[in-house]
Amino acid sequence: MTEFLQQLINGLAFGSILALIAIGYTMVYGILRFINFAHGDIFMLGAFAGFYLAPKIATVFPMPSIVGALAVMIVSMAVCAALGVLIERLAYRPLRKRPKLTVLITAIGVSLFIEYAGQFFFGAAPKKFPDILPVLPVTKLGGLSLNSNQIIVLAVTLILLVALRFIVMKTKMGTAMRAVSFNPEAAALMGVNTDVVISFTFALGSALAAAAGILWAINYPSIDPLMGILPGLKAFVAAVLGGIGNLPGAALGGIIIGVTETLVSGYISSTYRDAIAFAVLILILLVKPSGLLGKKEIEKV
Amino acid sequence: MKIRHGQFFLAALAAAFFLTGCNKPSAAPGAGGGDVIKVGEFASLTGSEATFGQSSHNGTQLAMDELNAAGGLLGKKIQLLTEDDQSQAGQSATVVRKLISSDEVVAILGEVASSRSLEAAPICQQNKIPMISPSSTNPKVTETGDYIFRVCFIDPFQGTVMANFAQKTLKLQNVAVLTDVKSDYSVGLAKFFKEGFLAGGGKIAAEQNYSGGDKDFNAQLTSIKAVNPDGIFVPGYYTEVGLIALQAKQLGITIPIFGGDGWESSSLVSIGGAALEGDYFSTHFSPQDTTPAVQNFVKKYEAKFKDAPDAMAALGYDSAMMLADAIKKTGATDGPKVRDALAGEKDFPGVSGNITIDASRNASKPAVILEIKNGAFQYVQTVAP
Repeated sequence: MTEFLQQLINGLAFGSILALIAIGYTMVYGILRFINFAHGDIFMLGAFAGFYLAPKIATVFPMPSIVGALAVMIVSMAVCAALGVLIERLAYRPLRKRPKLTVLITAIGVSLFIEYAGQFFFGAAPKKFPDILPVLPVTKLGGLSLNSNQIIVLAVTLILLVALRFIVMKTKMGTAMRAVSFNPEAAALMGVNTDVVISFTFALGSALAAAAGILWAINYPSIDPLMGILPGLKAFVAAVLGGIGNLPGAALGGIIIGVTETLVSGYISSTYRDAIAFAVLILILLVKPSGLLGKKEIEKV
Repeated sequence: MKIRHGQFFLAALAAAFFLTGCNKPSAAPGAGGGDVIKVGEFASLTGSEATFGQSSHNGTQLAMDELNAAGGLLGKKIQLLTEDDQSQAGQSATVVRKLISSDEVVAILGEVASSRSLEAAPICQQNKIPMISPSSTNPKVTETGDYIFRVCFIDPFQGTVMANFAQKTLKLQNVAVLTDVKSDYSVGLAKFFKEGFLAGGGKIAAEQNYSGGDKDFNAQLTSIKAVNPDGIFVPGYYTEVGLIALQAKQLGITIPIFGGDGWESSSLVSIGGAALEGDYFSTHFSPQDTTPAVQNFVKKYEAKFKDAPDAMAALGYDSAMMLADAIKKTGATDGPKVRDALAGEKDFPGVSGNITIDASRNASKPAVILEIKNGAFQYVQTVAP
């Protein structure tokens, strides 16, 4: 029982990072109806922004400390938000009126470009992410071991999700985002500046990916330019699983994938981890093709 | 289509640049039989096992510089052509093919990782180009054919050494094994360790897997913790081992973790930090060895690279020196003759111990065991073959 609970905690911590990445996929899909394959690489850039900026930030806020870690995370989120907007502006906006497939292929191109530009500028060898957060001694709760990093990952994810919910549901920009997602032409006719809304969506999604990158690097302090590929792919699966275009769905999908993978690695074998996680995806999509929380879309013929 | 003058000029310039760029390599084969002996090297200079490739390359380079300073081989200078395989599957086959067919090297040195040596070995064998792997320890590497050699010990020996060490020195009876299923090296070493440990009367408490490149090992470690072993054998590479040790400590696992030569890298401690204190691994060489040959090598290496040599550097050095010795003995550079000379090497005085090439073209030589203490590798003992 203790072991099972421990595995559940491991899975939740891993899954909540996936959830943060998955939300970026689902937001862009919700607005533009295309998969931004470069999203996993923004996650990587978030970790590297933290890696390069942490020593500079440490001169203002000594590290490891909670304030310092927070500062690194916020700066890295800002950097990636700007990068996300830049990528949309340069690569996707010129193709806005082109077939969706063109944009999709471009996204794959952008993804490969970032990965190999990363290898060129950062070097391909894994780097040690600096200790920006104090690691508290392991807390024992019965037989359970809770480490401070796992608790922080869960807490930060929860805070960011609540903040996102607030932005999307309660602010003017959030209302505009939902309007564009519902019908871009009608929204534009009603005076919504769709370009600004799309830029904002990319900024928001990229900032969340950067936060995920920092959380990931704090937990697994070895970072390299190709580190975004697998988490990116899994987060994409999580977004589809939860119902792509649906925000709570993406979060739920992330948690499900994280917990499933951890339980399979722990109880069966890590060799079958990805196979079983993907089998779960196929099963859920067979029963509910639009994903767990996705709405059924009626296609007009 | 209208092309403006400026654009046309740029295009012409680009074309000219491209053409001259292409000329260079095609001129090389003409000079092939000339006044240099070309030796090819493939190494993981970047990527996940970058520190291995770089150390090994530094050692090889040092040997070549020394040989050239002493007048080269057979009256010719040696030219070392190094290709980076980026620690990626598939890349080593590509670069080794290039070294053999377009650069026309007389021999190939490389790699550290067994998976990548296994990719290159069949190509060298087909072309009858002798290949010496400095530090691939999986037995399958030299089984490829009679042109494939190595200057390091093999995993059955290393696995047995660690099994005995765990039982006799660490007094462990019930250990868990955590294997990287994507790596031939890790799977092989785990197998030989288990055989040795069971033969000595020990018990294997749990067997868990991961895949190279994984970052999260909490699931496997939690399962291992649940069966209460008294040690964990992790025959993996340093990138993952550092994270494994870190996550084990965070889960409250305090038993010793130990492994093989895949651990030896300064990156191991920079990632794993204090979580690795009191852990052990077997390897080929320790710079703390006091024999004059080793100390002389350490001094030369430190003077050139401002860093202490590790096992990969020593083996890289030995692989180049043994190749030079074979070429010197046979007085020629053609594949079959060099191969025969290599097969006859006996008690070759390498800096990583005396090397005797056995009938299966493996090196018979001693192993050392190191402990991680205060963030550094501390010599514990030497185990003879």
